[in-house]
Amino acid sequence: MKPLLIQGGRIIDEGIDVTGSLLITEGKVSWLGKGEETPPQPDYDVLHAQGLIVCPGFIDLHCHLRQPGDEEKETIATGTRAAARGGFTTICCMPNTNPPLDNQTTIEFIRSKSALEGVVRVLPIGCISKGRKGEELAEMGELASAGVIAFSDDGEPALNSYLMRQALDYSRAFDLPIIDHCEDKALTEGGQMNEGIISTRLGLRGIPSAAEEIIVARDLALAQLTGGRLHIAHVTTEGSVDLIRRAKDKGIKVTAEVTPHHLTLTEERVIGYDTNAKVNPPLRTKQDIKALIQGLSDNTIDIIATDHAPHTEADKLCEFDLAPFGISGLETALGSLMSLVHDGEISLVTLIAKLTHEPARIIGNRYGRLGTLAIGVPADVTIFDPALEWVVEPKAFASKGKNTPLAGERLKGRVMATIYHGELVYKDDSITVKEG
Amino acid sequence: MPTKVIMTEEDIKRTLARIAHEIIERNELLQDLILVGVHTRGVPLAKHLAANIESFGGVKIPVGTLDISLYRDDLSSLELKPLVKLTDIPATIDGKSIVLVDDVLYTGRSTRAAMDALTDLGRPRLIQLAVLVDRGHRELPIRADYVGKNIPSSKHEEIKVKLKETDGVDEVAIITTPVAKEGR
Amino acid sequence: MRTTQVKPKVPETTPVWRHHHILDIDDFTGEEIELVFHTTKAMKEILSRPIKRVPTLRGKTIVTLFYEPSTRTRLSFELAAKNLSADVVNLNALVSSVAKGESLVDTLGTLQALGADIIVMRHPHSGAPYIATRYIEASIVNAGDGWHAHPTQALLDLYTLYEHKESLKGLKAVIIGDIMHSRVARSNIWGLTTMGIEVTLCCPPTLLPVGLGEEHRQLPPVNIEPNIELALDGADMVMTLRLQLERQKSGLLPSIREYIQLYQLTEARLARAKADALVFHPGPVNEGVEISPAVAHGPQSVINEQVSNGVAVRMALLYLLTGSQKR
Repeated sequence: MKPLLIQGGRIIDEGIDVTGSLLITEGKVSWLGKGEETPPQPDYDVLHAQGLIVCPGFIDLHCHLRQPGDEEKETIATGTRAAARGGFTTICCMPNTNPPLDNQTTIEFIRSKSALEGVVRVLPIGCISKGRKGEELAEMGELASAGVIAFSDDGEPALNSYLMRQALDYSRAFDLPIIDHCEDKALTEGGQMNEGIISTRLGLRGIPSAAEEIIVARDLALAQLTGGRLHIAHVTTEGSVDLIRRAKDKGIKVTAEVTPHHLTLTEERVIGYDTNAKVNPPLRTKQDIKALIQGLSDNTIDIIATDHAPHTEADKLCEFDLAPFGISGLETALGSLMSLVHDGEISLVTLIAKLTHEPARIIGNRYGRLGTLAIGVPADVTIFDPALEWVVEPKAFASKGKNTPLAGERLKGRVMATIYHGELVYKDDSITVKEG
Repeated sequence: MPTKVIMTEEDIKRTLARIAHEIIERNELLQDLILVGVHTRGVPLAKHLAANIESFGGVKIPVGTLDISLYRDDLSSLELKPLVKLTDIPATIDGKSIVLVDDVLYTGRSTRAAMDALTDLGRPRLIQLAVLVDRGHRELPIRADYVGKNIPSSKHEEIKVKLKETDGVDEVAIITTPVAKEGR
Repeated sequence: MRTTQVKPKVPETTPVWRHHHILDIDDFTGEEIELVFHTTKAMKEILSRPIKRVPTLRGKTIVTLFYEPSTRTRLSFELAAKNLSADVVNLNALVSSVAKGESLVDTLGTLQALGADIIVMRHPHSGAPYIATRYIEASIVNAGDGWHAHPTQALLDLYTLYEHKESLKGLKAVIIGDIMHSRVARSNIWGLTTMGIEVTLCCPPTLLPVGLGEEHRQLPPVNIEPNIELALDGADMVMTLRLQLERQKSGLLPSIREYIQLYQLTEARLARAKADALVFHPGPVNEGVEISPAVAHGPQSVINEQVSNGVAVRMALLYLLTGSQKR
């Protein structure tokens, strides 16, 4: 393959923010030049990136690929294509599949299927407990050897405090984080949306903020007790942000993530009973959003992760109470997040950090250096137009999941090309590659 | 839009007097008579006729009101339903002579609806129709027994009856509505 | 039953009405509610005739689709539809193909294909009628969805009040009982406040939904008073709600006995309200639980009027639904 020069874009990486050009040779980043500089060797194809942002490929620490078991909702093939369209070159899939990813065989299945049918990097997350039942520890050692980057029973909280303690403790041997979906199920049973004024108006049972905060507090106490690595999945409330902030001040080893939808949509989206706005944890209030954005800015919240949760149209075409929770988010992530940049809530550099080198830091080095455009590193690059307006058309998604509350919305900011391991895995029609 | 007054307050007064005389003439048994005004403007007209009949004939005739909204044959095609007013006939109508009173007789459909409404309320011996204006263009075999004024009109014209009780003034006017221009 | 002679405000202008469906009372304006009153009065006149039938909805097919058992509401709608000469089909969703797993959307599609013009729907899940409006052309009338709304009940309650009082604005209404799980309460709160009536809610704190009593544009303004005696002071309208006996099992109340001691509407407590206060209950009544038999059958009770007004109100609503059914 001929070298590819990405020319004239604004290159943003950790410590770098410069207009220039990036050369990819044999699948690796080989040269970076500022301004009008051109690479020493003259033989390369050119992708014109004037007016576009060039940054490391996005990393999603939390998504659901549904394979094995629920292939009608998504497969590794369709999920990775959706990821590519969304600018993600590395996605970490949760183990709530059927069968769950709690042993070597299932992890190897994910790895080989991804190698065969995926178009971007898929990193597996293993279960905390056997069968995801929340009773006994899964064989974490075996899972670690097989290549998981974290453990989680996501979909469900690790409610058994004794088990969570053991998980945080035992995982220290492998230096892998325990990702918890924080929800006190005794308080949320039958809940459909955030508990508050809108749930009262709509006559829907609510999911109170306290249900998340209780388990966040518990997990932080256990992380402090054990010294294990804790990662809080999809933080949504002001109270949770405060708890995590104080824990970090105390030196507890915790990281946290927030989703694009929790940063941009409130519970008012549920008015009209749109099942596409039904998600767990639920969409909350303006006040919570304000706290989450502040948390991103002061690093209380380390990363942004999509919690991409595709469902079939039939699944969501029913009474609100009966619809499954979940938003298909890979392909709208950047577009919806850019509204925060356009409104001045966070800077573009911060946003890119939360999608690239910060998640890479949590994943560590076992799959090489990720989330960077350093010389010599496999070239995972995302090229996007920060100002391009487009209308969300779920029918055009590569994902099988068309379940998004953003259908028909106008977003400002769009991925134009995605390069994984030096190869163009997604390219908008308006992008041309000129033979050199 | 060009408007021409066809009947003034005086014209209407005289016409109602004349109709009252005609009703007295043709109905031997005034005691069996009930005047029923069709909402909206038939109601004050019926009241005036009753007053005239009492004045000329010496008999106090009961006056009822009839709402025909629920009996219209065009409800399905209406975006907004007409306001339903009260039907209130102060005596039983079985075996009685009813004079339906309305302002304008046009296609005849309102009268058809009024007759259906009446027959749901009982079985009159006789139904007659008194109208202030007959403007022709019948779509059903209906005719009025008492006509205030015949006003031949085209479909592009509108006959507007105004009465003091409902519109603040007594007059009948004919309004020419603009004809749609071809090939604009 | 003695009613004061009411001079209804007769609107002479073209009626304002833009509802193709009747889903909730929260988007009804005061004028639209007055139009319902006015039309209901005419319908009551028809119900006083020997032949209680008019040809208004002849040729229209009305389907009652009830996913929850109900005798009185279904019967009320059926009578209303038949009095307007519509063809009525009752679908008991509990025993039909729905029980075998046919989805709501599929059932509605079948009804559309069979030519239903109006579907009267009762469903245990809030929001179900809203989904219906997205997937079929027929008009949807909500006969109760989950905890959310029961607009026709609120309208008949309002009409019953209207028949007795010269003016609604400034009256004081108290709703006592399980507000949290009551769609009747929710719809009444909206309807009463829209008509300028001051609403007080009286119930155990565990049965009060979050947010009511706070100032927020998404919720109507109400007072909260957990003490029944204080709540009843000077009330013109007292509504008691049915207490589901399961509420005690789900831990929301320590016992039914305690609920009765604190919240039962007795004659002594009712005496705190105005002398001409009216007592409402949406039915069916748990006599001896939320209301004493003496009050339920007493001179201030309008519970039976609510039922008879129900048919007239529903006739008015079926008539008023916008005519252009086929979009």
